[in-house]
Amino acid sequence: MSRNRLRTLRLKASPERLQEMRAEVTDALDGAGLGDEDRRLLVLAVSEACMNVIQHGYKGDPGGEIVLEILHKSRFLEFRLTDFAETVDPATIKPRPLDELRPGGLGVHFIRCVMDDYRYTVPAGGKGNLLIMRKRVKRVRETAENAM
Amino acid sequence: MQCEVRDAADHWLVVLSGEVDLSTSPEARKAILDCLAARRPVLVDLSGVTYIDSSGIASLVEGYQNARSAGLKFCLVDVSEAAQSVLELARLNKVFPIFANAAECMGRVD
Repeated sequence: MSRNRLRTLRLKASPERLQEMRAEVTDALDGAGLGDEDRRLLVLAVSEACMNVIQHGYKGDPGGEIVLEILHKSRFLEFRLTDFAETVDPATIKPRPLDELRPGGLGVHFIRCVMDDYRYTVPAGGKGNLLIMRKRVKRVRETAENAM
Repeated sequence: MQCEVRDAADHWLVVLSGEVDLSTSPEARKAILDCLAARRPVLVDLSGVTYIDSSGIASLVEGYQNARSAGLKFCLVDVSEAAQSVLELARLNKVFPIFANAAECMGRVD
């Protein structure tokens, strides 16, 4: 199975780092065969996932570390978001009903709408959280850094 | 993000542009709520918004709810394509009053 690593980003869990992260993700997805709208929504979903880590994982502690890996695996783009905060029970992470008009709680809904699938697990080191999000794509440029 | 508040005599126009995200949405939220506190209609111009996330949407929802509670108009005008797609994803495009421009909004909404 072909597997290309499009980008690996390490960022501190600070809201001020999100814009830079989004620019990197947008750049990494250049040439991935995505339309502007699809790429924009993927960037939104990844940014929302990072926001959740900042707000709920590290609870606003800007010293926390986030690692984002973007991979092309076969016909999927895979986004692997690792944090080292307290491990959470995936069953507690749910989108809220949209018929409730209230501020907040839309991040997981956006991820669910944009990605083809996503799941939470524990990183290899046994500490923190690993969110794996996948999106089916038609074509990914084969010029990226090769991995394994 | 840039956030500019314009006094249009019979309403406030809050013009947001650039990227409205977790680091910048508190400024947008404060501007909207401050305008509502002055008890005049609030129109939020999103024409220059290139990105808005759930925290930015939350600021708009809070403004809308506060306006309804106070009996004031609250509308979105000249919504950019980037903002429109996020509103649709949140299924809020049918909740917020949305108009092409401020004149249309003030002429048609009570």
